[in-house]
Amino acid sequence: MTTTNSSFPASATAVLEAREITCVRGDRELFSGLNLQLFAGQCLHIRGENGVGKTSLLRLLTGLASPESGEVLWCGHPIKEQASEYHSKLLFLGHRDALKEDLSAIENLRMYAAIDGIALSEQDAFASLWRFGLKGREDLPVNCLSAGQKKRILMARMLTRRAQVWILDEPFNALDTHAVGELQDLIVEHLQGNGLVALTSHQPLAISGLRVLDL
Amino acid sequence: MNAFIAIVHRDLLLVMRRKSEVLTALFFFVIVTSLFPLGIGADAALLRKIAPGVIWVAALLSTLLGLQRMFAADYADGTLEQLVLSPNAFTALVFGKIVAHWLVCGLPLVLLAPVIGIQFDLDAQSLKVLMAALLLGTPVLSLLGSVGAALTLGVRGGSVLMSLLILPLYIPVLIFGAGAVYASSVGLDITGHFSLLGALLILALAFVPWVSASAVKIAIE
Repeated sequence: MTTTNSSFPASATAVLEAREITCVRGDRELFSGLNLQLFAGQCLHIRGENGVGKTSLLRLLTGLASPESGEVLWCGHPIKEQASEYHSKLLFLGHRDALKEDLSAIENLRMYAAIDGIALSEQDAFASLWRFGLKGREDLPVNCLSAGQKKRILMARMLTRRAQVWILDEPFNALDTHAVGELQDLIVEHLQGNGLVALTSHQPLAISGLRVLDL
Repeated sequence: MNAFIAIVHRDLLLVMRRKSEVLTALFFFVIVTSLFPLGIGADAALLRKIAPGVIWVAALLSTLLGLQRMFAADYADGTLEQLVLSPNAFTALVFGKIVAHWLVCGLPLVLLAPVIGIQFDLDAQSLKVLMAALLLGTPVLSLLGSVGAALTLGVRGGSVLMSLLILPLYIPVLIFGAGAVYASSVGLDITGHFSLLGALLILALAFVPWVSASAVKIAIE
């Protein structure tokens, strides 16, 4: 059995937009006056050298941090004014895996489902882990798994979270070549279902219609 | 509500997987309170007199031991960011963590108190009052402590700073908690003490989860 991404309604207003945002870290200005628009079905690849502000930009887009000036909008409204609404459609995966080491893969997955307020049946949870090659390892504590296997749990979370907006910080790190392909397939599947993706990565991506932002 | 229960459940599960951290705080409470009767000797009158203060101070310090863990582990592995990004109210999730902390670090003290009290030759009435006072007072300790834990997130040497921040705030709980037991042992009215402890608890419940949630958000940003 496989689970698939449910598609999201196609609408011209499902758009993530940044208007004239400026990001300051300490007393250094990372970027200023940045504009971007991301429509349903589009993937934005943010590139740039280390320390140029890729992660900071992603955090601004999630609402975890606020821009020094300018604003981030979801469907035409500032995300600050509709935080709960926006967060219900958002999945952010930072460079820390945010998995509890003492819990098993399946417990982590179900815990996040409860916290994110989505109904996740046991069957779907197992199926998503199996899809990414974790069969037989569902009940092992996460600290027994390798870095790549932890990433695979996150891929299962991407599948089960049913969020329209994915914001991913270096999602391809620690993955073997086969898993890189699987993750790209997952992203393409998400885009076909009217999802939006913004990601940072240092490696070239084989995703059609990819938009690139060089910081 | 589901997310609140999920957080409490998760935190309790994590504690069960790593029992040593909690047991350390409980053993600390038991050992510290046992050292006093051993050090002072068999002067029952003196022990009865110092019992409320000693037990309460030990309770304050052992609660403090578990506080550092309240947000720090989730902060370090990035879970806290995920909680902020949850569509559920972050305040409710923070409140869940406070409740879990109390269940693990506060409630056992209430249950252990009678055993500890016997070492100090407290009578049955005083033991009951001690338990009731701890039952009202320890949630306040967890609540106030969460503010300190949140404010010192990501700060180097945070645990020492947190003790300095939080212990002064614990003073009212200490005064009225220990005062209630003392008043009961000398036959005075204890309703005043309990009213004040109750008032502290209500005040803390009303404000602290919001304050802690804001402090955590600042730390993450």
